Amino acid sequence: MKALKNLKKQTKISFLNYGIVILFFIVVQILANLGMLTNSLKGQLIPILSYVIMALALNLVVGISGELSLGHAGFMSVGAFSGVVVSMSLAENVPNPGLRLLLAIVIGALLAGIAGVIIGIPVLRLNGDYLAIVTLAFGEIIKNVMNCLYVGVDKAGLHLSFKDAASMGMAADGKVLINGPMGATGVTKLSTFIAGTILLLLVLVIIQNLVNSRTGLAIMAIRDNRIAAEASGVPVTRHKLIAFVTSAAIAGAAGALYALNYSTIAPKKFDFNTSILILVFVVLGGIGNMTGSIIAAALLTVLPELLRKFSDYRMLIYAIVLILVMIASNNPKLRSIFDGLGKKAKKEEAAK
Amino acid sequence: MSKETDAVLKTSHLGIDFGGLTAVDEFNISIAPDEIKGLIGPNGAGKTTIFNLLTKVYQPSRGKIFLDGKDTKNMSPVQVNHAGIARTFQNIRLFDKLSVEENVRIGLHEHVRYGMFSGILRLPSFWKEEKRAHERTLELLDIFGLADQADVRADSLPYGAQRRLEIVRALATEPKLLLLDEPAAGMNPSETEELMKNIRKIRDEFKIAIMLIEHDMNLVMGICENIVVVNFGKIIAEGTPSRIQNDPQVIEAYLGGRKEED
Repeated sequence: MKALKNLKKQTKISFLNYGIVILFFIVVQILANLGMLTNSLKGQLIPILSYVIMALALNLVVGISGELSLGHAGFMSVGAFSGVVVSMSLAENVPNPGLRLLLAIVIGALLAGIAGVIIGIPVLRLNGDYLAIVTLAFGEIIKNVMNCLYVGVDKAGLHLSFKDAASMGMAADGKVLINGPMGATGVTKLSTFIAGTILLLLVLVIIQNLVNSRTGLAIMAIRDNRIAAEASGVPVTRHKLIAFVTSAAIAGAAGALYALNYSTIAPKKFDFNTSILILVFVVLGGIGNMTGSIIAAALLTVLPELLRKFSDYRMLIYAIVLILVMIASNNPKLRSIFDGLGKKAKKEEAAK
Repeated sequence: MSKETDAVLKTSHLGIDFGGLTAVDEFNISIAPDEIKGLIGPNGAGKTTIFNLLTKVYQPSRGKIFLDGKDTKNMSPVQVNHAGIARTFQNIRLFDKLSVEENVRIGLHEHVRYGMFSGILRLPSFWKEEKRAHERTLELLDIFGLADQADVRADSLPYGAQRRLEIVRALATEPKLLLLDEPAAGMNPSETEELMKNIRKIRDEFKIAIMLIEHDMNLVMGICENIVVVNFGKIIAEGTPSRIQNDPQVIEAYLGGRKEED
């Protein structure tokens, strides 16, 4: 019986998160139908979903696995550009936009996952600050590789070059898909709000079920005490890699969703600042707290847009808001209030 | 003493150096499959280092460790655990942020049979195995009277209970040999009494060998069938409790002889 209760507690949090996403979806739909959604806000919907997914992915590494990664924008970038290549090169063969988006996201996630394996194997031998520094470096490496990547397509198939567009050796009717530092231009916008919401729900299912399984428990055990985890027979590297690669793949899916919302997308979008931005979502939402990640990522993505009327001062205000939230969430008095609420709820549960 | 062929653990010429310092040298022991062995010695004698060697936290500089007759050379701590050695730590190492039940579940990790994907997809094998693991966890916790605290966070348990939880977690890995590093440290006399009963009970019910490091001589003399005394990384005496108590070398090591003093 107790297991059921215990599972229920975790399931409750999971369902709360599904509820938040579905509620957000419904509210946006209602506002849209009433015509109350401004154009700028409408344009923010898919970035919001992408960043929420990114925050969840990073929280899996930072919160659950306990490793600081500063290069997650790199995985987003891999997913974004592979997604763009897939969607554009299949434009004729797969006319259905929904199916093409699905393929783009799946292949984006797959390639980002492979990048995660390649980077994870050497990087996860490190701990703490060293790991953070090396992930930062890998994030920059991915950005720079993308900066000199040229991909084109013609009848013979895909062409690839790291030099320039001409050296791809395409037929005359070939189309350049990714043009080095210019990125991808003329991308067909495929991402829709519904598709993004479904992806977000799917990501939530994957992350929450993973965390609440024996695999997730093993990952958290390594985070809490590596030596004890080894002595208890938990393979350390394998579980660190599972968390890292799952996170990278999800970041890739988010990248594909993000990129296919714009007509042009450049590699420099996915730089160190983006990695830090996502980390800010995770830290502000609470490390290891998925609900917090969702809310923080959504609010902080909208915030600069809402502050647009302050024009030049908006990043200043954004920074002040960040500082205020951090002070508030570390305030012992506020903390004790929240803890008290938690305890009260627990007592009531126990009384039942 | 047991025949060496059916010893669960046997070491030969085991030793380790840290830089120029020889921490353990010429360590030869043999543990029978249902033996309770004590490992005692003054502070800094190398007792915990021996545990760290047996569990491969340190790789030995020399010598061999045979578990069930199998050489554990090149095994990692994880593989040694899977091969059948579980341990507790002198400075408690629990998973603080996880619940009591989850701590034991981690010990069961290798014995819960469902993959990552059936965990994500919540396939029937997930539910079946989770239920089995939960029941097994409560069974194990019950031995040490911790079952009603299954949902409590591990770091909120009192000190003595944390030590007991570590033993439960080690037992969950289904070892053949259980290494206890100062299991009674920080316990009051009645808790120690209870612990002694439980250690015997574990040996009788689980049919496993137990080796323990302990400074509480009542506990050591009370439950150990054989005792190994080490000083400066070397075995200075070995035998039954009554023999050890009257061994002049042991008395000298504990009370200090003139030779070491000056």
